[in-house]
Amino acid sequence: MIAASSQVLSFPILSALVVLPLLGSIIVALLGKSRPEWVKLGALISSVTTGALSLWLLAAFKSGEAGFQFVSQHLWISQWGISWHLGVDGISLFLVVLTGILFPLVIVGIDPHHNETSYFAWMLLLQAGVMGSFLALDLFLFFVMFEIVLVPMYFLIGGWGYDQRVYAATKFFLYTMAGSAFMLVGIIATVALAQRDLGVITFDVVKIAEGASFSTNAARWLFISFAIAFAVKVPLFPFHTWLPDAHTQAPTGGSVILAGVLLKMGTYGFLRFGVYLFPQAAMWARPVLFTLAVIGIIYGAIAATMQRDLKRLVAYSSVAHLGFIVLGTFALSSQAVTGAVIQMVNHGVSTGALFLLVGMIYERRHTREIAELRGIQHVAPIFAGVFTVVMLSSVGLPGLNGFVGEFLILIGSFESARWWTIVATVGVVLAALYLLWAYQRVFHGEPDEANSSFKELNAKEGLLMAVFVAIILFTGIYPKPMLERIEPSVNSFIEHVEGRTK
Amino acid sequence: MNDLSAFAGPSIEWLSISPLLALLAGALILLLVGSLTNEWPKHWYSLTAVATSVAAIALSVVLWRDVSNDGAKLLIGGSLTLDHFALLGSIAICSAVLLVSLITSDYLSRDGSDAPEIYALYLTAAIGAVVMISSNDLVVLFLGLETLSLSLYLLAASNRQESASQEAGLKYFILGGFASAFFLYGVALTYGVTGTTRLIDLNTALTSYISVPRNDVILLIGIGMILVGFAFKVSLAPFQMWTPDVYQGAPTPVTAFMASVGKVAALVALMRVFVVAFPSRSDDWGVVVLVLSAATLVVGSVVAIVQTNIKRMLAYSSISHAGFILVGLEAASHRDSVNAGDGLVAVGVYVALYAALVVGTFGVVTVVARNSSSEANSLDAFKGLAKNQPILGLVMTVFLLAQAGMPLTSGFVAKFGVIQSAVAVGSYQLAVIAMVCAVIAAFVYLRIMVSMWLSDSATTEKVSVPMLSRFAIGLAVAFTLLIGFLPSLILDLTSNLAELATK
Repeated sequence: MIAASSQVLSFPILSALVVLPLLGSIIVALLGKSRPEWVKLGALISSVTTGALSLWLLAAFKSGEAGFQFVSQHLWISQWGISWHLGVDGISLFLVVLTGILFPLVIVGIDPHHNETSYFAWMLLLQAGVMGSFLALDLFLFFVMFEIVLVPMYFLIGGWGYDQRVYAATKFFLYTMAGSAFMLVGIIATVALAQRDLGVITFDVVKIAEGASFSTNAARWLFISFAIAFAVKVPLFPFHTWLPDAHTQAPTGGSVILAGVLLKMGTYGFLRFGVYLFPQAAMWARPVLFTLAVIGIIYGAIAATMQRDLKRLVAYSSVAHLGFIVLGTFALSSQAVTGAVIQMVNHGVSTGALFLLVGMIYERRHTREIAELRGIQHVAPIFAGVFTVVMLSSVGLPGLNGFVGEFLILIGSFESARWWTIVATVGVVLAALYLLWAYQRVFHGEPDEANSSFKELNAKEGLLMAVFVAIILFTGIYPKPMLERIEPSVNSFIEHVEGRTK
Repeated sequence: MNDLSAFAGPSIEWLSISPLLALLAGALILLLVGSLTNEWPKHWYSLTAVATSVAAIALSVVLWRDVSNDGAKLLIGGSLTLDHFALLGSIAICSAVLLVSLITSDYLSRDGSDAPEIYALYLTAAIGAVVMISSNDLVVLFLGLETLSLSLYLLAASNRQESASQEAGLKYFILGGFASAFFLYGVALTYGVTGTTRLIDLNTALTSYISVPRNDVILLIGIGMILVGFAFKVSLAPFQMWTPDVYQGAPTPVTAFMASVGKVAALVALMRVFVVAFPSRSDDWGVVVLVLSAATLVVGSVVAIVQTNIKRMLAYSSISHAGFILVGLEAASHRDSVNAGDGLVAVGVYVALYAALVVGTFGVVTVVARNSSSEANSLDAFKGLAKNQPILGLVMTVFLLAQAGMPLTSGFVAKFGVIQSAVAVGSYQLAVIAMVCAVIAAFVYLRIMVSMWLSDSATTEKVSVPMLSRFAIGLAVAFTLLIGFLPSLILDLTSNLAELATK
């Protein structure tokens, strides 16, 4: 069994964040047969409790501290030096909170229409996996969580998606699994090489990053093996082709989670594992990653402009936004990385909200074709208003959350990646172009017959969107509490990188 | 000089070969008593085989503790070994016999053709398998190999109503005969060069440069032929052609038996022969194993994609698993590395976990497909399975995910160990090839899952899962998950697996 560590803590909050949804998933699956009417309630209780715990974590998190907090470490597989090792710092904190909040919203807000039991069970299992990925400080544990996420997501896309769902789900599974195949070899090689410096076999990422030194050549290969996995997950151009399919075919809930938190596992992985473990190799690979990121920004924007399907448009806009995050991550200045971390959360909020809205449009009109929609602003002004706020947040309008992250990224990257940053700035303009153009086509004009009966937001939908709008506004107007918590960790991270690359 | 009257047999350590004796007793009881008495009550034949394998497992566990305390040793004048590696293999084999017997009983009772012979053959096959994996002598190994193979030929052809089964048996027999011939010729050539067939003496002879030159052609041909013989039995590419046909034609429980017991025995024996007898030529065979392993992985995973029959899919998947296991042997060929022993441990763990996994998977196929005709075993038979029967669907999903090597299942533990051993000795290319092939293979498992979960079934008729099969499949899935969550359970046991018996 898992041996108790010497560390005595009052309440293992991080473990609870992972275990609670897992338990919820099992309970929901068991309830399905005997008490189908309690299934949704069970899923709700489990996810809301997890969300509340994550908020409590946010409140209890000591701002101004750089290191990992609430660390819990228990030996798991002693022979291989593997432990159940969780911890949270400024870089992961808001992603954990986002995961905590987004899941209950999706569970409350979106009705799966059929097979409720398995839908909610997979959803909760997914939450456990995502939480674990953001909290794991053990390479093996991280890999387990990173990989296990594929299973529920596969079933969610395949079981509740649209026409091409099986194709999209399989593509998603295989692409991501292929990426992580390289990472598994990389992880094992990292541990084997680190063993020579550390004297013990351990998968502890902090110990390896602080204590081990890899030869230049080895570090580059190892970095590449990690980078492939994360590049597929993010996804970076040219590994992005699974994303538009997965997004378009996934049910709304799946899309929200996919865009909101799943993709962040890639960008977060780059920071926490790729750069942290192999700073020199990351420096060496920078030009390539900058280039891919910028190609992604421009390509994503152009592709988004050309889409006829509203959901596909949002999916391509994700490719562009994640390009910004990767640019900021590898600029490796304090501002840029802080911006990247903030932008991870922001993108989760605004793109998640966009997918929700597109989902609502589909529910009402049973189409996502931009050409089929017209003049919705006239019949559903509140809906249009919410859409405007969310869209402008995605564009990066000052005063809304998207601006904070994008601005920091661009400023922070200008020094180390000047020309790339200049090109990336064009992407900001393009984002305004494709989103506003889409807005214009969908919401402006006179509604035709089919669109004139477009229903306004109902109370539940309104409350749901209110949460998103509140986060968007709060972060945009008063980002200080967020920055206070993120910056110390980022600064010490940058110090680590600079210390290693001098 | 060799006066027969002066011949003194070696002393026999009866206790140390007690698992073999238990299996033999069980086989004899079934054959003799079974043929002399009227038909036994339902399931009694199978329960006798189960009791026998439980006894053999229990005796192996006792021996395991002896070995832990007193160390590994050689038996019967050095022809058999008693070490953890052999015992782990024996336990895996006997457990597979146990599970397969349970499933077979339900399978045969369905059309009232339950009979003692098939269980007796399982037990004799197990005897051959256990002899194979614990032999320290190429000739003894050959005896075990033939005992196992002959039983398997009969088992494959055991469904007399089905011409596919007859064909499978014949095909297996002819190709198996080829393989045995290759193996035997290899043994003869090796004997010609070294004057011995004992594995340990072979190593001693080969490490003295005076008696056998480094690049002795006859010796290398001999080693090569032994490897080819094994490659046929383990179904490594390009010697895998028979596998899909035989797996498809044989009755499904027998397929489960071949995929578990046959594979475990041949792979463990292969490991022992090459690690104990030919380490001095590891530079030569290491490369061959690398190529075989890569080819097997690629063929197993790529060709599986185009199959439409579930048994053929799983046959190819078992081929790619063999390729994975060979990655461990390749790692063990890097003798200059301190981590070469890891390969041996990884292979031991892999086969033990794989045996339970593959029996479980074929167990589900047995209950779903009902008979071994090709329509019943097409992928369509699985359509909508998970919708009609969520629990059975979920169990099969766990097996498939484990075969794909997803974390928190025993399949991941197995793969992880093998990849770790490859990386530890620096075989990065092979590790990457293996992982990429695992992804390709995953596509096949996904196809089955798509059928089960995402397609609508033609019928709403439920598949009945009989009691004994339910128990066997339940055991296998529990083991798969238990080891997935707590790999320490098996890693604790296998930490000194690499200490093979040498004296």
